[in-house]
Amino acid sequence: MKQIQLTQVSKRFGDVEVIPPLDLEIEDGEFVVFVGPSGCGKSTLLRLIAGLEDVTSGAVIINGEDATGIPPARRSLAMVFQSYALYPHMSVRKNIAFPLRMAGLDKAEQNRRVEDAANVLNLTEYLDRRPGQLSGGQRQRVAIGRAIVREPTAFLFDEPLSNLDAALRVGMRLEISELHKRLATTMIYVTHDQVEAMTMADKIVVLQLGVIEQIGSPLELYRNPQNIFVAGFIGSPRMNLLEGSEAAAHNAHTIGIRPEHISISTDKGDWEGVVGVTEHLGSDTFFHVSCPAFANPLTVRAGGDVDLSYGTKIFLTPDKAHLHRFDDKGLRLT
Amino acid sequence: MMAPAVVLLLGWMLVPLTMTLFFSFKKYLPLRGGDLGWVGFENYVRFVSSSSFWPAVGTTLLIVGGVLVITVLLGIALALLLDQPIWGQGIVRILVIAPFFVMPTVSGLVWKNMFMDPVNGFFAHIWRLFGAEPIQWLSHASMPSLVMIISWQWLPFATLILLTAIQSMDFEQLEAAEMDGARPVGRFWFITLPHLARAITVVILIQTIFLLSIFAEIFVTTAGAFGTKTLTYLIFQRVLESQNVGLGSAGGVYAIILANIVAVFLLRIVGKNLDA
Ligand SMILES: Nc1ncnc2c1ncn2[C@@H]1O[C@H](COP(=O)(O)OP(=O)(O)O)[C@@H](O)[C@H]1O
Ligand SMILES: [Mg+2]
Repeated sequence: MKQIQLTQVSKRFGDVEVIPPLDLEIEDGEFVVFVGPSGCGKSTLLRLIAGLEDVTSGAVIINGEDATGIPPARRSLAMVFQSYALYPHMSVRKNIAFPLRMAGLDKAEQNRRVEDAANVLNLTEYLDRRPGQLSGGQRQRVAIGRAIVREPTAFLFDEPLSNLDAALRVGMRLEISELHKRLATTMIYVTHDQVEAMTMADKIVVLQLGVIEQIGSPLELYRNPQNIFVAGFIGSPRMNLLEGSEAAAHNAHTIGIRPEHISISTDKGDWEGVVGVTEHLGSDTFFHVSCPAFANPLTVRAGGDVDLSYGTKIFLTPDKAHLHRFDDKGLRLT
Repeated sequence: MMAPAVVLLLGWMLVPLTMTLFFSFKKYLPLRGGDLGWVGFENYVRFVSSSSFWPAVGTTLLIVGGVLVITVLLGIALALLLDQPIWGQGIVRILVIAPFFVMPTVSGLVWKNMFMDPVNGFFAHIWRLFGAEPIQWLSHASMPSLVMIISWQWLPFATLILLTAIQSMDFEQLEAAEMDGARPVGRFWFITLPHLARAITVVILIQTIFLLSIFAEIFVTTAGAFGTKTLTYLIFQRVLESQNVGLGSAGGVYAIILANIVAVFLLRIVGKNLDA
């Protein structure tokens, strides 16, 4: 069932059109990630769905009902903000209970739901603390707790992990994914980090300058990027994008090849190059290889046990089956 | 070893305090014989047993309390208004702050002669415009008039502090509250007001310190008549009008004690907002 639908939604701030008219459909229970570089309009799009911004044109349909003019509180959506936006003068218990209190639920029911949420989020022993006395990860969980007690139709997350350190981020990523599996509620998640998008999403929406570049599952985007932007944005390290005669040889303006689809040999291959900086991750090794044929160095992935010293002359061979071809407008050629 | 700043501060406070204490135990009448020797606690007893003492304490507290209530309430309202995006915001803000730059003596005289004069004052004209009998502001409504004048002077201070507090507010908290179903009044009550608690505390503490020693406004308007004699004004009368330095000094010591009682009292009820 389509749960949230945007039809020809656009947004202007004064003279600047941040979001040109776009259509988007989100299915019930899906984990959708909006991903794109900073300033591309992800937050704005999320706020349009939440009702915190008014659309300039178009309609937001939630559960089959036109919600365009409905205030945020009555859209039955819950949002987790980037800054967490916890109420600093209230205890964790009061923070989580706030939406229930505003909805006029009786005290016993409030307490029951708060304690349930605290249980799920491992917050039980912190219920009487203030947000200021919690760590970043705990604050994050309180913000999530405040969202889940309302039992909303959908959750909106705006870069919820960007204020956490790397280790916590990985942990919270898993927790949010697990929460999604358990609640089976629609989640819309905004991030600029394509790793978060790839690891968490059922469906990724790639945005650039307010325009949807591609919608699809993580692997669809990885395997069949529809344009150069998506090809370069999804995947880490980035896909190698090559222009010039080598691209022309494949009847394309640009060709793309991912680091793991290039094989290395010390005696023969298609492209000759010199090993530059090497990044050892243990499981993998990434070589930055300068080839006279291309302007920029290529990134090549090899196994963790491969070791080539700086300046070694090597040969690279791309896997033809995984070569991506793009025309001069940046669109994929089939 | 004490830090130089502490020594300086102690000297700064101790010298006048010691002199006040010194004179408060003497009979010292500059124009009627000068230093007439030690008299023990006689000045203290005389100061409190004077029929003007308790009314003066009451008047002081009434002015401080009245001005605090008005400036805090109106200050919050004005700060909320000024925080809205309005046309000509810069000019409006400067206008709101302006009264703070008017000297107390000047503002007292302006209010007395241009607004509250029962014959030619602005209010008198307005009252007559509606066919009403003009109010004799400074004689028949002396306390409300004084509270009004002093509030007018201190409102900008309160507004400014509260406005900066409102502007430092994380607007995502308000949006979160909006999504949580809080209506505008609820958002103000549950989010904005608690956020302002600390600023309100600062406004109350600072204003109290200055309001306890209000003088010029009373001097130029009612000169202490019509029940507007504060403790500060009473001390002034004892020292300069009665030329009794010893008695005035004893009053000064009482004023210090009163200020400390008020300060402790305030810190008890609002000071907890200052920690954390
Ligand atoms: N309230 C606003 N007024 C004017 N411009 C805004 C406003 N909010 C966002 N923008 C602009 O809209 C663009 C998209 O912003 P945003 O949605 O926050 O991007 P993202 O979340 O993808 O980083 C940015 O160029 C930003 O400057
Ligand atoms: Mg953003």
